[in-house]
Amino acid sequence: MVDITSADSLASGNIVIDGTVGECFSDNAKMSMRNVDVFYAEKQAIHDVSFDLEKNQVTALIGPSGCGKSTFLRCMNRMNDIIPICRVTGSLEIDGDDIYHKKMDPVLLRARVGMVFQKPNPFPKSIYDNVAYGPKIHGLATNKAELDEIVVTSLKKAGLFNEVKDRLDEPGTGLSGGQQQRLCIARTIAVSPEVILMDEPASALDPIATAVIEELIDELKEKYTIAIVTHSMQQAARVSQKTAYFHLGQLVEMGDTKQIFTNPRHQLTENYITGRFG
Amino acid sequence: MTNSVDTVLPRSEVTERIKLGLKKRHRSELIFKSFGLTALTVGFLLVFFLLFDIISKALPAFHQHWVKLEVDYSAANLGYTDGDSLDKLSYRGTLRKSIYNQFPEVKSRKDKRKLNGLYSSNAEFAIKDYLIANPDVLNTEQYVWVRLDDDVDVYLKEIESLGEPLIRIDATEAQWVKSLVENDYIEKRFNIEFFTSSDSREPELAGVRGALTGTMLTMLVTLILSFPLGVAAAVYLEEFAPKNRWTDIIEVNINNLAAVPSIIFGLLGLAVIINVFGLPRSAPLVGGIVLTLMTLPTIIIASRASIKAVPPSIREAALGLGASKVQTAFSHVLPMAMPGILTGTIIGMAQALGETAPLLMIGMVAFIVDIPASVTDAATVMPVQIFLWADSPERGFLAKTSAAIMVLLGFLFIMNASAAYLRRRFESN
Repeated sequence: MVDITSADSLASGNIVIDGTVGECFSDNAKMSMRNVDVFYAEKQAIHDVSFDLEKNQVTALIGPSGCGKSTFLRCMNRMNDIIPICRVTGSLEIDGDDIYHKKMDPVLLRARVGMVFQKPNPFPKSIYDNVAYGPKIHGLATNKAELDEIVVTSLKKAGLFNEVKDRLDEPGTGLSGGQQQRLCIARTIAVSPEVILMDEPASALDPIATAVIEELIDELKEKYTIAIVTHSMQQAARVSQKTAYFHLGQLVEMGDTKQIFTNPRHQLTENYITGRFG
Repeated sequence: MTNSVDTVLPRSEVTERIKLGLKKRHRSELIFKSFGLTALTVGFLLVFFLLFDIISKALPAFHQHWVKLEVDYSAANLGYTDGDSLDKLSYRGTLRKSIYNQFPEVKSRKDKRKLNGLYSSNAEFAIKDYLIANPDVLNTEQYVWVRLDDDVDVYLKEIESLGEPLIRIDATEAQWVKSLVENDYIEKRFNIEFFTSSDSREPELAGVRGALTGTMLTMLVTLILSFPLGVAAAVYLEEFAPKNRWTDIIEVNINNLAAVPSIIFGLLGLAVIINVFGLPRSAPLVGGIVLTLMTLPTIIIASRASIKAVPPSIREAALGLGASKVQTAFSHVLPMAMPGILTGTIIGMAQALGETAPLLMIGMVAFIVDIPASVTDAATVMPVQIFLWADSPERGFLAKTSAAIMVLLGFLFIMNASAAYLRRRFESN
């Protein structure tokens, strides 16, 4: 008989999480989070997390299921606002602006901090309209020609243009999964955000589509600051420069991706990346 | 590692056991299938029987017997002197004389009265209209076609369809009708007036146009009020309202409202809309408001369910791009929920279309001959008209009742078809 033990007990057994180890802070921070706690009603999902998101870098948030990495990501553009029982304390700043300040408009914030979701979720509209929607609502284009240009540039940046240039008026939902996800990325880029948050963007895709997305992420970091939540450690290793390891709502370790994967400092990180649980 | 199944039963035994149960499973599947099929067949048969019954009973209403009358338009008969208005001549006398001339053998006062009864009471106006339309027929004799009285009309129709009439008319009357038929004085025509004229006490003159117009106006008011209100309420409750005790109470009350007997809404309309706000009685406006109250819960419940069914990922996508809540609700959630909302609306509207009880309370049951021109004119609606006709003793109304039901069903069909068309358009987008 196999002794079935939960990941939690296997992982934390006797190992104590005592604050974060590694380098969490940067001199070139785009976003900085300090002492962030997140609660769902009474249950605390994030415990005292502090780190910086470095400009024009890809930061990977890894950790076992239920460790709070997606929750944390969604706090960074206030997507958690739509969950009434969710409460966030601590400070989250983008370029020094407090995200949770009373005067911070979530509409403006989400235009600055875009998001790509786990499951491709194009609108049930044409490919063109999918990309044009963001610029339209924010009034980024003054005329049709400008809007056309934004749509084409965004699709090109997302590496989708050549595949869809002849069928821009066809529904976005008719594309393949990988194409849909790139459409969602194009849609996010069209608003010209400063930060792009990606919540397991390739988890619903096949390996080839995943490779295309990963390549794309690598290119995008030239212009955008990216935070990506992923379950795949290989993916984290491939696309990110920084890695943050979350465990049970706590940030256990953060540092350069190379260092984390070759020479983790914390026992939990080592257990996770060597595949002993997760 | 050991396989727990193997330790309990040997492999061959497992297959045997599954086979044993398999028969039972197939049998229950078969039983369920046959139940479903039976239910469907019974349902179809009932609908078919209903439609067959209505249509077969309604058919006579679409025809009407007309009778040729030799009218003597002499100035003496009409009491006409030069320069008189053609409006106020003695048409009744002229009509009587024409009838008596046709049956010179009728002498007694009683029989003469019976003879007059063969013709529709509006024959007098028919010969008047004829003269006004053709003033040069003055001082000539003309054949004018007038409607046969409803009892005689039904008598002839029943002879035609059944061979033996069910309706009893007087033997002398039957004799007169026979002679008219033999002399080719009677003609059966398509009864276009059924669709173009309004209600009447005389079955041969009664039509559905007044009630149909009333129904259209009432439905229009209902739709204009209940659709935006219902959808707005549903969107607000689903997308904007905080989920707390108050919204729970509102939800429970909306569900309760859907189950309130419709006549209560009629009482409310009478007490509040007519007596307090002073809106006119019998008006489609008031009827529409009352039916809106009745339809709203249905639309709200269906719309909420449909909005709830929109995948949250669509909302996240829009919000994630920086769309405001209103933009998200109206440009993404609502279009995706629209097919379901339309289904709910059509169910609510169909209920409202067939509703009689609340409209009785606000006076839409009155006998109204004029065709309503606006939502504040007195009017009645199709189901009330059907109720009124079904309640009338005259045999002629029997067919009219069924025919009115057919018109109502036709209206319902058109309404549903347009909703289905709209729904398909939203679904294809």
